[in-house]
Amino acid sequence: METSPIVISCQRAWKLFGANPVQYLKQMPEGHGYEDIRADGYIAGVKDVSLNVSKGEMLVIMGLSGSGKSTLVRCFSRLHDITGGTIEVDGQDIMALSERDLIELRRSKMGMVFQSFGLLPHRTVLENVAFPLEMRGQDRHMRRERALEMIRLVGLEGRENYFPRELSGGQQQRVGIARSLAIEPDIWFLDEPFSALDPLIRREMQDEFLRLQELLGKTIVFITHDFDEALRLADRIAIMKDGAIEQCDTPDRIVLNPQTKYVKKFTEDIDKARVVHAGALADPEKTSEASGDPVQSDSTILKLSRQLVHDERAMIPVANSDGAIIGAMDRQKALEVLLGAE
Amino acid sequence: MAYVTLNSHYSKTALTRMGMPRWLLIAAVAICATQSFLPNFMIRLPESWIPPSAQILDYFFNEIVINTLHFNELTRWFAEGPLDFMLGFTANLLEGKHRWPFLDDPLPWSAIAAVATVLGYYLGGWRMALLGGGTFVWTALMGQWKITMQTLSVLAVAAPLGFLIGLVAGIVAWKWKWFDNAIKPVLAVMQTLPFYTYLLPAVIFFKVGPTAGAIATTIYATPPMILMTTVGLKKVSPEIVEAGKMSGCTRWQMLTRVFIPSARSEILVGVNQVIMLCLAMVVLTAFIGMPGLGGKLLAMMNSFKLGRSLEIGITIVLIAIMLDQMSKAWVVKLPAHFEKGTPWHIRNKYLLFAIGAFILFLVSAQFIDILNEVGRRQSLSIGREIDGAIKGFLNIDIVKSITGFLRYVLNVWILVPFRDFLLWIPVSAFLLLVVAFAWSVGGRRPAAYAAVFFTLVAFSGWWDRSIITLYSVLAAVFISMLVGIPLGIYASRSEKWAKRTLLVCDTAQTFPSFIYLLPAIMLFGITDTTVVLSIVIFTTVPLARYTIEGLRNVPSELTEAADMSGATRWQKLVKVQLPVALPTMAVGFNQAIMFAFFMVIIAAFIGTQDLGQELQRTLAGTDLGKNFVLGINVSLMALTFDLAIISWANKRKEALGL
Repeated sequence: METSPIVISCQRAWKLFGANPVQYLKQMPEGHGYEDIRADGYIAGVKDVSLNVSKGEMLVIMGLSGSGKSTLVRCFSRLHDITGGTIEVDGQDIMALSERDLIELRRSKMGMVFQSFGLLPHRTVLENVAFPLEMRGQDRHMRRERALEMIRLVGLEGRENYFPRELSGGQQQRVGIARSLAIEPDIWFLDEPFSALDPLIRREMQDEFLRLQELLGKTIVFITHDFDEALRLADRIAIMKDGAIEQCDTPDRIVLNPQTKYVKKFTEDIDKARVVHAGALADPEKTSEASGDPVQSDSTILKLSRQLVHDERAMIPVANSDGAIIGAMDRQKALEVLLGAE
Repeated sequence: MAYVTLNSHYSKTALTRMGMPRWLLIAAVAICATQSFLPNFMIRLPESWIPPSAQILDYFFNEIVINTLHFNELTRWFAEGPLDFMLGFTANLLEGKHRWPFLDDPLPWSAIAAVATVLGYYLGGWRMALLGGGTFVWTALMGQWKITMQTLSVLAVAAPLGFLIGLVAGIVAWKWKWFDNAIKPVLAVMQTLPFYTYLLPAVIFFKVGPTAGAIATTIYATPPMILMTTVGLKKVSPEIVEAGKMSGCTRWQMLTRVFIPSARSEILVGVNQVIMLCLAMVVLTAFIGMPGLGGKLLAMMNSFKLGRSLEIGITIVLIAIMLDQMSKAWVVKLPAHFEKGTPWHIRNKYLLFAIGAFILFLVSAQFIDILNEVGRRQSLSIGREIDGAIKGFLNIDIVKSITGFLRYVLNVWILVPFRDFLLWIPVSAFLLLVVAFAWSVGGRRPAAYAAVFFTLVAFSGWWDRSIITLYSVLAAVFISMLVGIPLGIYASRSEKWAKRTLLVCDTAQTFPSFIYLLPAIMLFGITDTTVVLSIVIFTTVPLARYTIEGLRNVPSELTEAADMSGATRWQKLVKVQLPVALPTMAVGFNQAIMFAFFMVIIAAFIGTQDLGQELQRTLAGTDLGKNFVLGINVSLMALTFDLAIISWANKRKEALGL
């Protein structure tokens, strides 16, 4: 993943809300905390965030409400103008774009899905999905063709002529997803897309989403307040609090190695064995200490539990998907993950 | 700690609020009591103190607006060019006036009734179809087709014009805050300005006749459209806006494809209000000589032909209900999908059906005369008979003695003494009283407005007439409170009756205000009492309506808590329901006062001695300055109450956490 080009590069980005944020940020003393800023009458929506998103990666931004996650993603698409720092998309500083260029960027590269769907109530499913295509002036026949394809992709065939209010929440979000994909965006923003749905539908939509992602391989920034959802979907998770990123890492490492108290609190109730993969425990320096049949690096510890209990080796070799040994896993450590270390 | 400081702060403001109005009141009473010793200028402002505001305004209009800026040439061009063309077009279609497109005959009534029926069915099923078709059939059969079409042909131009202006102004106000701030006070004044003040400038700048009527109507009907558009656009959910932006909309695309369609409901509510206000006003343009329903009604009432008046009144009411119901049905009518593969003619069946019915009747009207026009002899009007019946009824001794008694009691015991009392109060004391009222009700800011506004009234030179106007308003609203509030309380006791009464009130509120004169004139003839009584009828409606609404909207936990605390019905009403409902009722009270100011001016044509009478007189001439001064007086008095009461209602609502 490190070799993939960087799509979104966000360096020391700030977003302050208040009377005169740009001025305030310039004269603000270094190391001013969230509460200090608040005492001065400003709200830090995004606080000194640096973050890169690579091509084809799924980055999940996780945080409770008011943590700034939605604000951050809106800064990426410049629905909000940042107060300080830089955000580059494909190497281009988006704050430097003219209105026309910004519209062009959104028309060609970005798609976004919203928590309450954001469907236009006066348009049918088909017209909603075709809306971004209409905006960029594609001809009627082409956009119909493409919209129907997207509707098929999200499994809403036969409902093209329904109006949003005639659909269930899950179906409405499928329309939202189809619309966001209509222009074949490179970057896909999803702002709590499943939070407004009830738990059963949510699960189903997550599966659907994983299927789509496998098919499409987009660069994704996904927002959620649900830690389980984040663990389930993410390549990397960024956990936010008070506008700042507490920790940004793979799910395995966040669970195994939470870096702040706040992150630790989230991970406490998590069944780690379901999250941690053998690959995360593999130590390349100890490859020589292990022998015998390797385990797959992308198997979770939970999946390996039976073997871990019965296997008598102290170190078990771990192989990647090509079959090459990438390191050795300490069985004791793996068992600790499985059983929960005291 | 914070709580304590908050508390002490509160009690301090409460003290000054309680204190100041009381001192003002004491001062006012002192002035009243000692008025025979006071210098004259404290009792009535001397003539020499009154600035010649009317002349100044006249100079402004004549010398600057007309002779220097030649603004009237622009307006006359508009009146004689595009506006006249549009009015001519609708007049040709509906009344057969000799204008473009030069159809020989107006559209047959049966064809219009048929289209209204289909439209009604599309919007609201059989009931609405019956209402739509029935209204036009009634109109034709009563022999009122021509005058109705005269009214509707103006409405058909004024309402779309008002819609368009309101929409554009609403969008501008939403987009640019400064414009919003600038027009808010203007709209507030416009909504309280008596309609005579719309009429005279319309005549002067836009020629006599339908053009002036259309302009006055349009201007009068536009403010709510502006407000509703702004409200609707502000309410569009941020996610829809962001979805539009992320779809790469340009600003124009955002406005036309995202904002306006998403604000559909509010904009259509605005359309409904534009139509209803247009109807109310177009009827009133009778006072500048516009022919049509209003003109005929005015003529009939003037010659005391009650039967015909009643028939025309019913027509106006039917049209009002029809327009209101249909436009409201349009608000709630949301698009529904057709199954895939539904053929075109089924998707558009209503349109095809309407066209078919239209053509059918258009053709058959060429052969069957009665479908084209109901002649004078053929009409079912029984105006004369009704007239006889009403007059006969009024002549029955018992009825006569009851109305006579009522008139006597009202006049001798209530109205005249009250009026004389108000006139007896010296100007300076009156000012103090008004300020004390506004202060105790609304607080400092409304009090400041009250002081400025009533001082302006005092310096306008029309103090006595203003006070007489105010007296009619206060007396009428007081009487209608005695009727409307108990009625509302009683009706709100059961769900069923609350609903029914609300329906009646809502329907009654759609009637053009002019109509309310009818029952009053029928009962009391053309007398002073009639004026007050017509206002009473008009203002009882909002009072009852808001009382019901306030009481029905008391949270059920509160009434249940009261029940569980063992409250009797009366205790529950007085201790729980009324206090919670009071802010809403205050809104109704405020509306009643606004309506009363409106009605008292209309009633002027019966013969009063107030501002309305003078205003009506200005219509005959070109006294724009005087017309404005009088109109603004009414507006200032109305706004004083409006600001104070609404401020109270809002504060109270906030305090109650509603």
